[in-house]
Amino acid sequence: MSMTMSEKILARASGKDKVEAGEIVMANIDVAMTHDLTGPLAVKGFNEIGTKKVWDKDKIVIPFDHQVPADSIDAANNHILMRKFAKEQDITNFYDVNEGVCHQVLPELGHVRPGEVLVGSDSHTCTHGAFGTFATGIGSTDMAMVFATGKLWFKVPETIRFEISGDLKKDTSAKDVILSIIGQVGADGATYKACEFVGPTAKNFEMTDRMTLSNMTVEMGGKVGLFEADEKTKEYLKGRTNKKYTAFTTDKDANYDTIEIDVSDLEPQIACPHHVDNVKPASEVDKHVDQVFLGSCTNGRIEDMRDAAEILKGKQVAKGTRMLVIPASKEVYTKCLEEGLTKIFVDAGALVTNPCCGPCLGGHVGLIGPGEVSLSTSNRNFKGRQGSPDGEVYLSSAKVSAASAITGEITLPSEL
Amino acid sequence: MEGKTWKFGNDVDTDTILPGRYLIYNDEETLSKHCMEGLDPDFSKKAEKGDFIVGGTNFGCGSSREHAPMAIKGLGINAVIAESFARIFYRNATNIGVPLIEAPGVHDKVKEGEKIEVDMENGVIKTESGEEIKFKKLPPFMLNILESGGLIPWIKNNPDL
Repeated sequence: MSMTMSEKILARASGKDKVEAGEIVMANIDVAMTHDLTGPLAVKGFNEIGTKKVWDKDKIVIPFDHQVPADSIDAANNHILMRKFAKEQDITNFYDVNEGVCHQVLPELGHVRPGEVLVGSDSHTCTHGAFGTFATGIGSTDMAMVFATGKLWFKVPETIRFEISGDLKKDTSAKDVILSIIGQVGADGATYKACEFVGPTAKNFEMTDRMTLSNMTVEMGGKVGLFEADEKTKEYLKGRTNKKYTAFTTDKDANYDTIEIDVSDLEPQIACPHHVDNVKPASEVDKHVDQVFLGSCTNGRIEDMRDAAEILKGKQVAKGTRMLVIPASKEVYTKCLEEGLTKIFVDAGALVTNPCCGPCLGGHVGLIGPGEVSLSTSNRNFKGRQGSPDGEVYLSSAKVSAASAITGEITLPSEL
Repeated sequence: MEGKTWKFGNDVDTDTILPGRYLIYNDEETLSKHCMEGLDPDFSKKAEKGDFIVGGTNFGCGSSREHAPMAIKGLGINAVIAESFARIFYRNATNIGVPLIEAPGVHDKVKEGEKIEVDMENGVIKTESGEEIKFKKLPPFMLNILESGGLIPWIKNNPDL
């Protein structure tokens, strides 16, 4: 009866004793998340199905984050539609424009638990695998089905275990680890696979680091990016959720592939335009940057803010470069204020905005124009991702983003 | 199905199929005007109903936005044929009734603008030059969804879920 973590979770959720990779199961959903941008199509689909009431008003979470506050009448109309839906359906966990980025808000406000199946109409829903949750991104029509029935079909994925070992160097971070992994396996290297991050380095990672790795699993095609829940997970969840949960682990003799990753010599990495797997050591990339964006569900947490503030303290953002700092949630925003980080950023000449997705997906604030270069701590650098298709997006860690803001060029913290 | 082809490369992401700034729109017609805009700003003007999009590996990678297959559907594209697809796009397209054909070797064998014939029943693509490319049919579960016209009609046909 040996099974992987994913197989065990999907077996539980579909009421079976055993499932195997390749099999199609109909799973009961524990948490369903939608937001202001993909929510309207899910509501449209739900109305087409014709069910009057959602399957469980307590299991649906709706944060607004992509276009907050609304920057156009069309965006405002989408907000109106979603507010109306939340009110009509009496959705317990509806968070309006003030709470922050969905993937940060969900764990902070107690909606993520190990061993559960969590779906979100956002591809970076895999972030929650950091908690040992089978969490994956789905489309709006799939979400409509979940709203109506509480169920969704899944093909049980095969598993790749990334066995990570070695101590990280001082300026190397979890972001560099996942960029390096994506660079090695490629943008479709884990298509339809459950990725597990294991080994001593993965175990040592804090929750914020685990979330960064899980978040970017989709950039190599992965269905979920899982960490085994442990004491650190428990500690994070304490006081946030009091719902009981069962954590699962992969049996040693279960069926999976292993890829060994040694990070002891890893230097800070950069994903160069226009694909996330176009990864190079930051020291080899010589580039002027017009805009630096620190934020997003990948690296907009308090630890990222602290990393950047430590480097920016008493320094100035370079002339000819602008910096946008967007804490990922109200909780992160408040901590930035309490710890004096906001003042460090503002004194350095950065713009600090309200929690939201920011320029990450090029639909709201801080877009780049033709010929401009963005250095971003977010997760995608596709052509046109942050505005003009004639602009360029480079991806880095929070530390490299701060060092680069000071010099106006892609720079390692050690080079300052 | 018969139609001419529009060729794109590997790793065509959903941001280039439908850029983020248009996600505020929720109807196929408006979205279709921006289809593939990230790679070819004039695509929606040039493509005609019944054409095929031909891609390389990992077509549709990236965001879960259903607006991307909706834009393709809005233009009346017959089907997307590629070496391989990213998984969320694969589900989304099937869910709204856009046929996706995974045909290894297709990218090399089909020329841009060439008229092709796709035989869904037998899983064969025929090119003008007489080349035949075989493809695997959708897994039965997904074929059932596609043949129902998408996930919503499929749910209506299966009330006992």
